[in-house]
Amino acid sequence: MTPRQGSVLILGARSDIGRAIAAAFAREGRPILLAARNAAALEADATDLGLRYGVSASTVECDVLSADPAAFFEALPELPAVVVSVVGYMGDQTVSERDPKAAEVVIASNFTGPALLLGEAAERMAGAGGGAIIGVSSVAGDRGRRSNYVYGSAKAGLTAFLSGLRHRFAGTNVFVMTVKPGFVNTRMTEGMKLPGPLTAQPAEVAEAIVRGLRKGREVIYVRPVWRVIMTIIRCLPEPVFKKMKV
Amino acid sequence: MKLSGWGRFPQADCEVFRPGDEAAVRARVLSGATVIARGAGRAYGDAALNPEATLLSDRLDRILAFDPKTGVMIAEAGVMLSDIVELWTPRGWFPPVTPGTRFVTLGGMVASDVHGKNHHAHGAFSRHVEWLDLMLADGSVVRCSPAKDAELFWATCGGMGLTGFILRLAFRMTPIESPWIRQTTFRAESLAETLHLFEAHQASTYSVSWIDCLARGARQGRSLVYLGEHATAAEAPGRAPPKPRPRRLPVDLPGIALNPLSVSLFNELYYRRGKPGVAFTPIEPYFYPLDSILDWNRAYGARGFMQHQGVIPKPAASAALKTMLSLISAHGVCSPLAVLKLLGPEAGPLSFPMEGYTLAVDFPVSEASLVLMRELDAVVVDHGGRIYLTKDARTARSSLTGYRLDAFAEVRDRVDPDRRFRSLQSERLGL
Repeated sequence: MTPRQGSVLILGARSDIGRAIAAAFAREGRPILLAARNAAALEADATDLGLRYGVSASTVECDVLSADPAAFFEALPELPAVVVSVVGYMGDQTVSERDPKAAEVVIASNFTGPALLLGEAAERMAGAGGGAIIGVSSVAGDRGRRSNYVYGSAKAGLTAFLSGLRHRFAGTNVFVMTVKPGFVNTRMTEGMKLPGPLTAQPAEVAEAIVRGLRKGREVIYVRPVWRVIMTIIRCLPEPVFKKMKV
Repeated sequence: MKLSGWGRFPQADCEVFRPGDEAAVRARVLSGATVIARGAGRAYGDAALNPEATLLSDRLDRILAFDPKTGVMIAEAGVMLSDIVELWTPRGWFPPVTPGTRFVTLGGMVASDVHGKNHHAHGAFSRHVEWLDLMLADGSVVRCSPAKDAELFWATCGGMGLTGFILRLAFRMTPIESPWIRQTTFRAESLAETLHLFEAHQASTYSVSWIDCLARGARQGRSLVYLGEHATAAEAPGRAPPKPRPRRLPVDLPGIALNPLSVSLFNELYYRRGKPGVAFTPIEPYFYPLDSILDWNRAYGARGFMQHQGVIPKPAASAALKTMLSLISAHGVCSPLAVLKLLGPEAGPLSFPMEGYTLAVDFPVSEASLVLMRELDAVVVDHGGRIYLTKDARTARSSLTGYRLDAFAEVRDRVDPDRRFRSLQSERLGL
């Protein structure tokens, strides 16, 4: 049962994917709440959404690294119908390897912070009129690999957390979606050479999410080819995988 | 990243940046490299190419304010005209000037000082801009308008991004009563008839013609002339217009697809198909016929194409156009897309329009086309006309006599003495 109307809270609203998701839901006529650090700088984004789509849009301060989930949701004017976390931070793998504090930030940004906020939202939704939780995770979480396992393992944690939430709230009015975008053309991947056919645009990710919510799809790979790729990657035996340069 | 203009010629490997806010733009402008802004990349040639740093405006795409009492919109320069048309037409507002494609940015519209089918009546886009915020080469931001820093304003309108990075602007939208256009079509059997129709219908809000640039002899210059008005609420069809469903061209067409035989055949059929009379048409087919195929620039194949667009002052127009059409039909290889329109005067130092007739024709990239285009340049220049920089990929500085280059250079010397803002086009033309 996916909520057909009601407001959407976006955690990480400054990011390219976050902005695209906000636009996609605003186009559907939903009120939008943009959450990020330094939220005041997002006022122009909120105004833009209101002018384009005629919806009410506002901002709220949220730093996933320091937010108290209960206090955060308590302070909102109302419980949103949909809560999306698109918070993501790749960091630098070589730095993360050397510096545990840097690794902690990557893990907290991608796993602990978003997971606890989404979990709190789900609890409250279960007690009220239901709702939808959408976590933007990553294909990198499907299998840890040498080039980005600190980021990948944090995303793996988020994926498992969402899967657990989905299991716990199965059959209730709380819907949990996991999104694995694959490569996306954003600030986070700027400077990386991404293969064209495998790389989505932020608007594509947003469209896939809005459509997936409408159809009740629980695990989304934005470009379907990634489901095939990751199934293969996951199935490779360790001796084979260890030899790959990925 | 390999970039090109709409004609896919020339191509250049450019360092691309996509600043998300004013601070990020400033960081790039002050970084030491030369820079150029790039909107939607719909200029045909190399006006938005700088290998050192090309700054995309796509992340600066917020609409900041709209006043429904005055129609004034304030927006960041990366906002797409297509979004404004899609979202505001149903609310009774239309852009004051629209070029032949809606897939352009507001910043690009200023930098090209775009003209539309209503230029003879309402001027270019700059005439409807209240002010714009420009980041200069030293990182400072100046708000200029026709009333303040007017020289900088008029140099920026049509200035091809060479005065600075346009951050945001305020402009006036036009109120409309319906999303329909009352279109009147005439079939003109000769150039004289075509020109006569433009002269006779200057009171029409919108006017443009499709011209058969391969027709010879008595038929030279035959055309279909399309006049347009925003339909009033009373006369408009009651139903909502159909939503545009653009298609894609999935492959680059092979070079032989456009040859003298296929093009003259197309022209003959298209000319006969034009139905004289009045009809109501939605916005998109009237203003943006080519937008219905999103990547129509693939029709010319991978080697790309070039467009020649010049304007000739009225007194010389008939003779000059005859010469140009004769040169084109002798050459034989052009595209079926040829447009003729009556323009009014413009004041800016690099503004293209002048009171006269503009002819725009596409050619495939080839040595023969380059030779022909140089000959066309000569005709335009000899008759006191101008070449449109937004369409240009290959002209020479000697063809720019119709512009006030000294006045433009003076402004540049003041705000960008080191020429931090430059493009492959500005280098080629010594702007």
